[in-house]
Amino acid sequence: MTTEATVTEAITTARGTERRAGSRQPRLHRSVRRGSTVQRRSILLTIVMGLLALYALLPLFWLLVNSTKTQRALFSSFGLWFSGDFALWDNIVQTLTYHDGEFVRWFGNTLLYVVVGAGGATLLATLAGYALAKYDFPGRRAVFAVVLGAVAVPGTALAVPTFLMFSQLGLTNTPWAIILPSLISPFGLYLIWVYASDAVPSELLEAARIDGSGEFRTFFTVSLRLLAPGFVTVLLFTIVATWNNYFLPLIMLSESTWYPLTVGLNSWNAQATTAGGEAIYHLVITGSLLTIVPIVVAFLFLQRYWQSGLAAGSVKQ
Amino acid sequence: MTTRSTIRRWAGVAVAAALAGSLAACATPSGGSEQGSASAEEIAAALQKESSITVWGWAPQLEPIVEAFEEKYPKIDVKLENVGTGNDHYTKLQNAIKAGTGAPDVAQVEYYALPQFALSGAFADLTGFGADELEDQYTASTWGSVSIDGGVYALPQDSGPMAMFYRADVFEKLGLEVPTTWDEYIAAGQAIHAADPNAYITNDVGDAGFTTSMIWQAGGQPYAVENGTDVTIDFADEGSTKWADTWNQLVENELVAPISSWSDEWYQGLGDGSIATLVIGAWMPGNLESGVPDAAGKWRVAPMPTYEEGVAAAAENGGGGDAVLEQSKNKLVAYGFLEFLNGPEGAAIHAANGGFPSTVADLESEDFLGYESDYFGGQKINEVLVQASKDVVPGWSYLPFQTYANSIYGDTVGQSYANASDLNEGLAAWQEASVQYGIDQGFTVNGK
Repeated sequence: MTTEATVTEAITTARGTERRAGSRQPRLHRSVRRGSTVQRRSILLTIVMGLLALYALLPLFWLLVNSTKTQRALFSSFGLWFSGDFALWDNIVQTLTYHDGEFVRWFGNTLLYVVVGAGGATLLATLAGYALAKYDFPGRRAVFAVVLGAVAVPGTALAVPTFLMFSQLGLTNTPWAIILPSLISPFGLYLIWVYASDAVPSELLEAARIDGSGEFRTFFTVSLRLLAPGFVTVLLFTIVATWNNYFLPLIMLSESTWYPLTVGLNSWNAQATTAGGEAIYHLVITGSLLTIVPIVVAFLFLQRYWQSGLAAGSVKQ
Repeated sequence: MTTRSTIRRWAGVAVAAALAGSLAACATPSGGSEQGSASAEEIAAALQKESSITVWGWAPQLEPIVEAFEEKYPKIDVKLENVGTGNDHYTKLQNAIKAGTGAPDVAQVEYYALPQFALSGAFADLTGFGADELEDQYTASTWGSVSIDGGVYALPQDSGPMAMFYRADVFEKLGLEVPTTWDEYIAAGQAIHAADPNAYITNDVGDAGFTTSMIWQAGGQPYAVENGTDVTIDFADEGSTKWADTWNQLVENELVAPISSWSDEWYQGLGDGSIATLVIGAWMPGNLESGVPDAAGKWRVAPMPTYEEGVAAAAENGGGGDAVLEQSKNKLVAYGFLEFLNGPEGAAIHAANGGFPSTVADLESEDFLGYESDYFGGQKINEVLVQASKDVVPGWSYLPFQTYANSIYGDTVGQSYANASDLNEGLAAWQEASVQYGIDQGFTVNGK
């Protein structure tokens, strides 16, 4: 759900930037007129939007309500409203301390995978996308075809072959098994490529070269700033993808010490369905709530950069 | 919920894909490795030497048993890892077997999944270590489940002889007798649903484990395996039809709650009595106590209803044992651990932690039989459950690709449930799809 929403937004952003970059002065008049059309209200659209908002928010509401319940109250009270006791703080403490605090360990693992995996993926995608957009070299077309092809292959389909390969290398059951595959983001690369071709004027790079700046210095001091909105978009993406990564760690890891939150929470959930297993659904739900907090924060925080970046782009020249 | 079932399906596909490769390994003779056999003295000596083994399993009782083992054999380091429950665990196991490295030394395995690993040569035949002499320790039905094709591929841990758990308060309120035959059970189902349209005799949206266990009780033997690769699937046999015709009366008249087990609604129904009975394995009491604490004192247990008045019959539902992997480089210690885990010492700890044993000594012990469960209103539940373990109908076997077959159950028999139509048709579709898969995998499959 979240991922899909981000995809749509990012695509809109990419397109929007392209249009704006392409339209410079002559079309200013038209875009003003279009602005006034947007302000007209449509009841139908409002209703549709409202329904969609409800559809998206209802599960969140459910999560919030049910994380305040005890295991006992969970199955004996109405699902969409609070039960008598407010056990949220109690649940949080239990979640963090259950089974020697393995939740905290998983939280740390997820953070590691996100910082190194998503951060690395964004950096690599930016470097590569920029290079493909701004430098002319033999084989560029071939790289383009490979990247487009890679976008089309779902990660799930590659999980088992990746597992077999990592197993031969002796890397399964280590953090590398999660980090290395997450470092690759063909979609992020493509996005930066498209974005960089418009956002970074070649004239600017030439000017920098004439002033004696090396290519790396130009990239980090000039281009990267111009690429900021695209960079943040790709970062958001990869963060969400890594944070929610489930299938890959599921098959790569067998030691619970390296589990990310997704796989860990599922193992808690499955525990009740086994003979003599303790049912801890209240902790699964509270754990899920705690799991989405950082991603919501990251989204709100990064969105600010992303919007200011967009605005900066629109008034340039 | 949807995501979870999708993932499960993917996991099924992964198992299937991995299985395709592993069958090729079937041709190489198993047990040919240097550690294929050992005497009791050699095993005892190995346990006194510094070494380590890895164990994969999800049963909560494994942890205290491993602790006790390490205390007794301080030189052995046991790494216990919970890699997932049920299907997730088998996917990982199959992947590691396919990869040729990374599998544990010992793995938990449910009875239904055992033939798949045993017949493909992934698990070591334990007869070389003297496991065949342990037969008398275990119940006939669990021993039957681990003896495959002349070998012993696992030692039983827990068992799940089926019984009927029921809400005494619901039956009392409606003035109903507790059913002893399936005809009475259906009549009770009608009465309960007529008195309250939101109440049902039980829940069932179609579950492969439940269906196979019910056919087992009815005396059906739809699966037969000979020489490891000659498979027969026949859901038109007498027992299968007997079950389907009986259960049809509940399904076609929508007398079973359309609620899947282990869901929120399920726990809610078990708690408020709108699901009045569960015909399920003997391991259920612990799950009721922790999952539905509010219903304490309301549940009771009775023998499973039968087809013929007064002729007791039961089946196994769930339960499993532990096996040694062919890949293991430390088989002597792995087997030594297995003997502890599934022998008297491990079994005692297992039973003390809410497991239902498969060892005759524990099942017959005074303490166990005399235990009065507060949750069940002081009833001596183990008397009923142990009797069930003796009444299990002999002769059942599972398919050598049962985890895959179970994964396509929803598309076949599940459709009969969804449409409230004839279960025999669903079973025929399941048979057809299973036969096709077996043939694709290189088995000789005879679908009658």
